[in-house]
Amino acid sequence: MTVIPLGVPRRLLEFTIDGAPVRAPEGSTILDACRAAGKDVPTLCQGDTLAPKNACRVCVVEVEGARTLVPACSREAEPGMEVRTDTERARHSRKVVLELLASSVDLSTTPRVAGWIKEYEAKPDRFGPDAARLNEEPRVDNELYVRDYDKCILCYKCVDACGNQWQNTFAISVAGRGFDARIAVEHDAPLTDSACVYCGNCIEVCPTGALSFKSEFDMRAAGTWDESAQTETTTVCAYCGVGCNLTLHVQDNEIVKVTSPHDNPVTHGNLCIKGRFGYQHVQNRD
Amino acid sequence: MDLHFGDSKPTDDERAAVDALLGPPESSWEGAARDEMRAADLRWARGGREARERRDLLLPGLHAINDRIGWISEGALAYLCRRLTVPPAEAYGVATFYAMFSVKPRPATVLHVCTDLACAAAGAAGLCAGIEARLGLGSGVSVERSPCLGLCERAPAALAITAGEPVRTAVSAPATVEAAVLAASAPDSADEEPPAATAVPQAGQPGLTLLSRVGVVDPTSLDDYRAHGGYTALRRAFELGPAGVIREVTDSGLVGRGGAAFPTGRKWQATASQPDHPHYVVCNADESEPGTFKDRVIMEGDPFALVEAMTIAAYATGAHQGHLYLRGEYPRAMRRLEHALAQARARGLLGDDVLGQGYAFDIEIRRGAGAYICGEETALFNSIEGYRGEPRSKPPFPVEKGLFGKPTVENNVETLVNVLPILTMGAPAYAAIGTGRSTGPKLFCVSGSVDRPGIYELPFGATLGDLLTLAGVRDRLRAVLLGGAAGGFVRPDELDIPLTFEGTREAGTTLGSGVVMAFDDTVPLPRLLLRIAEFFRDESCGQCVPCRVGTVRQEEALHRIVERTGADAAGDIVLLREVGRAMRDASICGLGQTAWNAVESAIDRLGAYE
Repeated sequence: MTVIPLGVPRRLLEFTIDGAPVRAPEGSTILDACRAAGKDVPTLCQGDTLAPKNACRVCVVEVEGARTLVPACSREAEPGMEVRTDTERARHSRKVVLELLASSVDLSTTPRVAGWIKEYEAKPDRFGPDAARLNEEPRVDNELYVRDYDKCILCYKCVDACGNQWQNTFAISVAGRGFDARIAVEHDAPLTDSACVYCGNCIEVCPTGALSFKSEFDMRAAGTWDESAQTETTTVCAYCGVGCNLTLHVQDNEIVKVTSPHDNPVTHGNLCIKGRFGYQHVQNRD
Repeated sequence: MDLHFGDSKPTDDERAAVDALLGPPESSWEGAARDEMRAADLRWARGGREARERRDLLLPGLHAINDRIGWISEGALAYLCRRLTVPPAEAYGVATFYAMFSVKPRPATVLHVCTDLACAAAGAAGLCAGIEARLGLGSGVSVERSPCLGLCERAPAALAITAGEPVRTAVSAPATVEAAVLAASAPDSADEEPPAATAVPQAGQPGLTLLSRVGVVDPTSLDDYRAHGGYTALRRAFELGPAGVIREVTDSGLVGRGGAAFPTGRKWQATASQPDHPHYVVCNADESEPGTFKDRVIMEGDPFALVEAMTIAAYATGAHQGHLYLRGEYPRAMRRLEHALAQARARGLLGDDVLGQGYAFDIEIRRGAGAYICGEETALFNSIEGYRGEPRSKPPFPVEKGLFGKPTVENNVETLVNVLPILTMGAPAYAAIGTGRSTGPKLFCVSGSVDRPGIYELPFGATLGDLLTLAGVRDRLRAVLLGGAAGGFVRPDELDIPLTFEGTREAGTTLGSGVVMAFDDTVPLPRLLLRIAEFFRDESCGQCVPCRVGTVRQEEALHRIVERTGADAAGDIVLLREVGRAMRDASICGLGQTAWNAVESAIDRLGAYE
């Protein structure tokens, strides 16, 4: 049985989104309210299990009286607020942000972004062929997962998941500054020399595929990765008694990766190294 | 948390540098050598809550290592992390955030040669080349091109820092190749810096309010300060009581001088009335805006004024602890302020019982390490707390959740020292200076193509032309940059712009932090704009996409059109405008929001690429 935490009843705030009156519980973000009202606001760095970092700025909306646009993912709704989600000004910023991102990193494995690029008529090529890119080779330094900075949009989700929001291992941080900022372990060492405990919770939250299972990385390289041919089965991890939920992604009768449902009130999508990576014994058929 | 510190060990010097700041480790859990491990260490583990609260010593710890060794090795970082219970990955992220630190080996002496606007106009490129040719390889000096060193009145400028015990610094400005090389190779025998008053052409003249003591008092003497009216404002504050002080500041019409022009009285009131405690006072002395050097001159020439003003701000807002965040490139201001604080403590003007009034207050200096973004108020809090100097999202605002998550009033140096005349002359007399909506005196940092560069004090309302005449503007003026790199250019035919917040706004520009940089027609404008773009690209913290990538795309576009005009440049100007608009609308903080201002104004007002 899934336990639904009820919490303290919350006051309803009244405000408007695109001119239409809406009501949202106190403490909701503008994004929560937009989604409840059926508005599609694009998001990249926003994560359902993490405190909003509002670093990507693709979810910006116009709020009456605010000098700049505001990030819908982190700004709390206030009574009387007049929010406009689809103005020319907001669309312009989203378009440029998508262009800036797509011109500097590889978004080919980022879900939904191709659709937004089309919708906002973003043209990442217009900065010319010499526009600075990360252009870094994937870092394969262990058997469990791969870091591909060429796909990293610096959303900070892996840092937050590794740090005080979930795992409390603090193995990764952002190093450097500006365009040279990178996700890194201490002294930018190989992962095997770092404090990493290989829980893979950073992969779970990565929105772009910059962090991926070695299995997925290898299959993509071999051209055999086929999400449409995969089934997902949620089950209970058999290693210990906590009862974490695992979602097994199976392709051609082989487990190709393991995720965890974010709406599980115990684990919220987090696992340990065994649950996340220790599945080979299941498919050892000898 | 279960921290992993790795196997790297500090050298004896590195360990000594950290221990000099933190004291010797109490147990091997904290990093004492294994052979010193006492049996008792094996039975208990220290750490947890008590230790984690020392995170704010991370930046001072990194400075301690960098000052002693010149760079921060793996072993040194690991030892510091163990002492402070900070995860090494996070400490590495902090160490690599600041320009003055290096995590790779480098020579003990680093010579920072300013290549920013005023220095670039005064020939910094040639100076750099000359110094590098003279020093050559293996000289034991690392020459680094630096953003503004805040010595614009004496451009071009160089700052040499030699690591060791103690660390030594020497400033060369105006710098020649010989003088800069001497400063780097023999910092102790380099020429003494001229007194702060040489940056104040009006020094000693009657009628000055904020600068009245610069060049008149001995900046190292508390007695001299008191003999010239020092500490009368604090006495007046105690007579008025906290609410009375806030009323005076509100009635004076004082607004923040850092650029945002927020009413100071309102900020103080909002902090004072917060139920959450403790309250903090932070002085933002991270003056890093290219072209700005007024705070340095006040701190070097009249340091007790700042100490007194911070004490008043704290008393009014109910704070008992103040932090003075000073940019790392100001070694002399650092020494003067440290001395001033020690004097004030010894004489009961700081400490448990300020002026015998039963009110406790003390000030701690925090040294920045080369990051313009740390002048943003919330980035400054993160920097003090030992995190990367990235700005926080607002709301919540600092008056509600500021330093250490507590109500905080943050003002810059010039704003704070304005409080002294407000209390001594009274709010009505102060408000009568200047114009109706811009009250009081204002400091301007004039540099570039003028005969007498320096800090000028004028009542609000004087025109740009008045100020430039005072500073001796030269013929063939091509452009004036108002408000620094985040400000905007105006034309030579716009010198009648009144220097007030409302006057500059009506003229479609900004007063910003009070920078007035004059450029004659020998200065190549496209190169200047490129330098501004490079500055923002270099100083972007990298947190949000519009600023992190936008500043790069803008610099690329400016590179493409550096020699082009008209139709050839049109496509890139459209691109600059579109990126600039998104940066202004969607960046997290003021850096990204204003990074495009100066270049835009050069295109629109000066016709830079026509």
